[in-house]
Amino acid sequence: AMEDVSAKFVSQKISRTRWRPLPAAALQPPDLFATGSWDNEDNRISIWSAGDLGNAGLNGEYHGEPHLLCDIQHDGDVMDMQFLDQERIVVASSTGTVTIFRHHQNNQTLSADHRWEKAHYHVDQDTSCGGAACTGVVCNNPEIVTVGEDGRINLFRADQKDAVRTIDNADSSTLHAVTFLRTTEILTVNSIGQLKIWDLRQQRNEPSQIFSLAGDRVPLHCVDRHPNQQHIVATGGQDGMLSIWDIRQGTMPVSLLNAHEAEMWEVHFHPSDPDHLFTCSEDGSLWHWDTSTNISEKPSFLHQGGRSTAYLSHSTINQSVVSAWLSNDPTKDRMEITNLIPNQTLSVNSLDVLGPCLVYGTDAEAIYVNRQLFA
Amino acid sequence: RAAPLTNTVPSQVVPGADPSARQLCFAWGPAEVLVCETLFGRAGGFRSRAGAAARALTGSVAGTGDGAPSSSHVFVVRRDQDIYIQTLRKLFNESHGIFLGLQRSEEELAGKSRKAQLVQVSKNYRSVIRACMEDMHQAAIAARDPALQGQYSTQVSILSAMELIWNLCEILFVEAATAGPLVLRLLDWVRLHVCDVDSMVREVLSSESPSKHKLFWNVVDVFVLQGRMDEARHLLSKEASANPTSMNMYKILDDLMKKMPVPSLGNTQTLTELELKWQHWHEECQRYLQDGTFASNPHMESICKILLGDEDAILEKKELMTTWYHFLVTRLLYSHPTVKPMELRFYAQSSMDLFLGGQSSPEPLDMILMAAFEFEMHQVIKECSIVLSNWWFVAHLSDLLDHCKLLQSHNLYFGSNMREFLLLEYASGLFSHHSLWQLGVDYFDHCPEYGRVYLELHIERIPLSTEQKALKVLRICEQRQMHEQVRSICKIMAMKALRNNRLGSALSWSIRAKDAAFATLISDRFLKDYCERGCFSDLDLIDNLGPSMLLSDRLTFLGKYREFHRLYGEKRFLEAARLLLTLMTAHIAPCSFWMTLLTDALPLLEQKEVIFSAEQTYELMRCLEDLTAGNPDKQKFQDDDVETTKVEMLRLALARNLARVIVKEGTVEGS
Repeated sequence: AMEDVSAKFVSQKISRTRWRPLPAAALQPPDLFATGSWDNEDNRISIWSAGDLGNAGLNGEYHGEPHLLCDIQHDGDVMDMQFLDQERIVVASSTGTVTIFRHHQNNQTLSADHRWEKAHYHVDQDTSCGGAACTGVVCNNPEIVTVGEDGRINLFRADQKDAVRTIDNADSSTLHAVTFLRTTEILTVNSIGQLKIWDLRQQRNEPSQIFSLAGDRVPLHCVDRHPNQQHIVATGGQDGMLSIWDIRQGTMPVSLLNAHEAEMWEVHFHPSDPDHLFTCSEDGSLWHWDTSTNISEKPSFLHQGGRSTAYLSHSTINQSVVSAWLSNDPTKDRMEITNLIPNQTLSVNSLDVLGPCLVYGTDAEAIYVNRQLFA
Repeated sequence: RAAPLTNTVPSQVVPGADPSARQLCFAWGPAEVLVCETLFGRAGGFRSRAGAAARALTGSVAGTGDGAPSSSHVFVVRRDQDIYIQTLRKLFNESHGIFLGLQRSEEELAGKSRKAQLVQVSKNYRSVIRACMEDMHQAAIAARDPALQGQYSTQVSILSAMELIWNLCEILFVEAATAGPLVLRLLDWVRLHVCDVDSMVREVLSSESPSKHKLFWNVVDVFVLQGRMDEARHLLSKEASANPTSMNMYKILDDLMKKMPVPSLGNTQTLTELELKWQHWHEECQRYLQDGTFASNPHMESICKILLGDEDAILEKKELMTTWYHFLVTRLLYSHPTVKPMELRFYAQSSMDLFLGGQSSPEPLDMILMAAFEFEMHQVIKECSIVLSNWWFVAHLSDLLDHCKLLQSHNLYFGSNMREFLLLEYASGLFSHHSLWQLGVDYFDHCPEYGRVYLELHIERIPLSTEQKALKVLRICEQRQMHEQVRSICKIMAMKALRNNRLGSALSWSIRAKDAAFATLISDRFLKDYCERGCFSDLDLIDNLGPSMLLSDRLTFLGKYREFHRLYGEKRFLEAARLLLTLMTAHIAPCSFWMTLLTDALPLLEQKEVIFSAEQTYELMRCLEDLTAGNPDKQKFQDDDVETTKVEMLRLALARNLARVIVKEGTVEGS
């Protein structure tokens, strides 16, 4: 419910929000998150405490807005950001540089641990070298993969000075996002509506598979893989369309779902409850897509008043899979979707979900934390 | 508290520029002015004002040189200084949401509910101001640098003055409080804003025995002056219990204070009823004063005089009121509780005169409040525009007043109406900011007359540093059908990509803008690359053009030509040959490319198996002859040995193929 959402105006446009990962056996909800800003003269990486745990009331509700623990200046717009482990964050910059920042928890400071200057760059006609925006980063400690406007894919290791591997001109259009499919394979999306699989074991500088949208080649901006069923992949496009792909078969999406009216900037399956998926968009909305089977057993927060709730018919092609995301079984052929932001104005650039918690950041210079997503 | 509004300098000087020595020249921009010193000296005797404060003008030196010191600087002068204050970004962002809510709010709501809605909007704006003030206050406390601390404190004062003015406007214009409730509202206003005495009140109340405190009577007076009767009586009861001898006197005063009739907010009593009760109570107070009931205690006597609205008695407590408008409201409470809105101006003027007593002249804040009491809305906005270093306040206030249908009669002799004029100024300021420009868009959207033009001019000046930013700007333009700007942004991005040799990106930008000419240009680059290198770059793109292939003829050709290569590579020679021929006969291929296409036909002609039929071979021959004969650049072929050889080889190959195909076709038919 809305009361569970705390907001803070931070005087900078937020391009990325990320929960700090929890230690393996942790039972507590996440308490720390990082944000990155964009389009400022002085951009920053900031670490926030989600709220005062000491103030937890009897019902477990939290009070207090997020508060700043520490921050550090960052050259260029923060284009993407990912925690490498509990202390290190990898940040992609519009200058093409990739930086690992370390959060020192004992004295609440941030410092730059390692930097790959101009990991992404253009060689223009005068053969001078200019940085090209690094648009996406994904980590699988110690490996780091970055993609950029230069169509390049870099594979770094956190402990090595030079890139382990670089695929120049991997894509002739802009690569917008990257994620791991398996430990040796990555997925990229680009500005001509293609989803590509790259096998990093192979020395060929070509993708092992190309999928693409039919019809107009609408650019794809974000990609996420189902945490348990690795063949299910979700992407978000420039027209706000959510595409679900089954990468085991076909070259086109299994289903296309429409909710956003402008660019979808991020898509995330819930890491431990992947029947739930979250997307955010330039249109200022943040949708919660729920395919958990029995609507009557829905968590109560979906029924609380005032929010627009819609049922979408799921146009699936595939019948052989059990997953709710691919199924077209009539009893399961429904998806409940809910917009979590009622009075939307400016773009929601980023979101992250972990446990019962959601954090998102906007161009209206505010960050929001919802600590009771499934209350 | 009003200090920052007092240092207004009517004319402001760009720091560093010296108009007394050199003539200045100007260039007006949308939100900034460029100023530079010329080489021309100053003939007239202009006194230098270099020392004067330049409050609303932030000069930043844009360029320095080694030349003559007089002309080496260009100053960028901004008209909206506050836009650049970090802490105020919260104000800009949060009020943006409120502004949009107000524009979307339902005008149909009639009468009371509409008014309630507008009052709520006004309160929301004020709570954002207060929240900002709180942040700024915290920042001032946290700041170690005294200069910075001073800056923050100044901002707190400015915000506080803005809230004070806004609150008064809310009572008088938005809510339009009527006689009776009006005084109550003004009392709330004074209680909320006169906080200089709060620390004194706290000190006395928290002391062990308040009645023994030396400031005890001051605090009682403060409560009485602010009409906080219950609090005053509570304090007095403590004093009474300590002085059993004068118990009776306390009881009488307490009774008077308890019985004081107050206007009700509901409709439970009419004004006449109230006035009647008031008259009775007033006479009762008068009696006690005259019969000397309080003569033994000057404190209580003075309180009784205040209850009677005795101007001199109230004025004696000047220090406890600190401002003339507190005096005004106290005076109204005790002598004219049913004052009508239109009578306010008289009491306001005389209160100010009495309070200042000719010792000091009114400050800008006083003038603004006075204009409000006089119901001169335009004067309020005008004065605020001059005095405040931001457009935020006047833009949002006049928009709200406009929604209250209070500004409609007023048209400017320039531009559109005042609301729009001020919104345009504010939004232009936002657009001059490197980061806040996105907020400006929605303000322009709600300026019916010039908003669109402003947006068009401003949006083209947003630096497109990354593709992501370009996409955001593009979305703004596309949503508003600003085709010209869409094309221009895509073209800029396509050109950038082209310069960086990112042909794929370049093409997707021109596809987005449906820019056929540019798509043709890029296709030609692809073809040129192919001719030079003998292989295609960016196959991932060309193989997946899809329907966008139809955007330009050249792009169609590029896609089809690549398809030919694929078919050839897959050894589907018959299909490849058919496609190759169609490219020429259907005039899909540009003439300049025909020679390449014909050369591509050579290996097909020399396959073991016959590929081209007789008819196809004739067509190929005609293409070749058209090219060599019909081409105005015929010279070219004759001069160029390589080209001549190529043509000869082609002719030979075609003739041989024709021979083979005749034999073959003859055989097939014969069998």
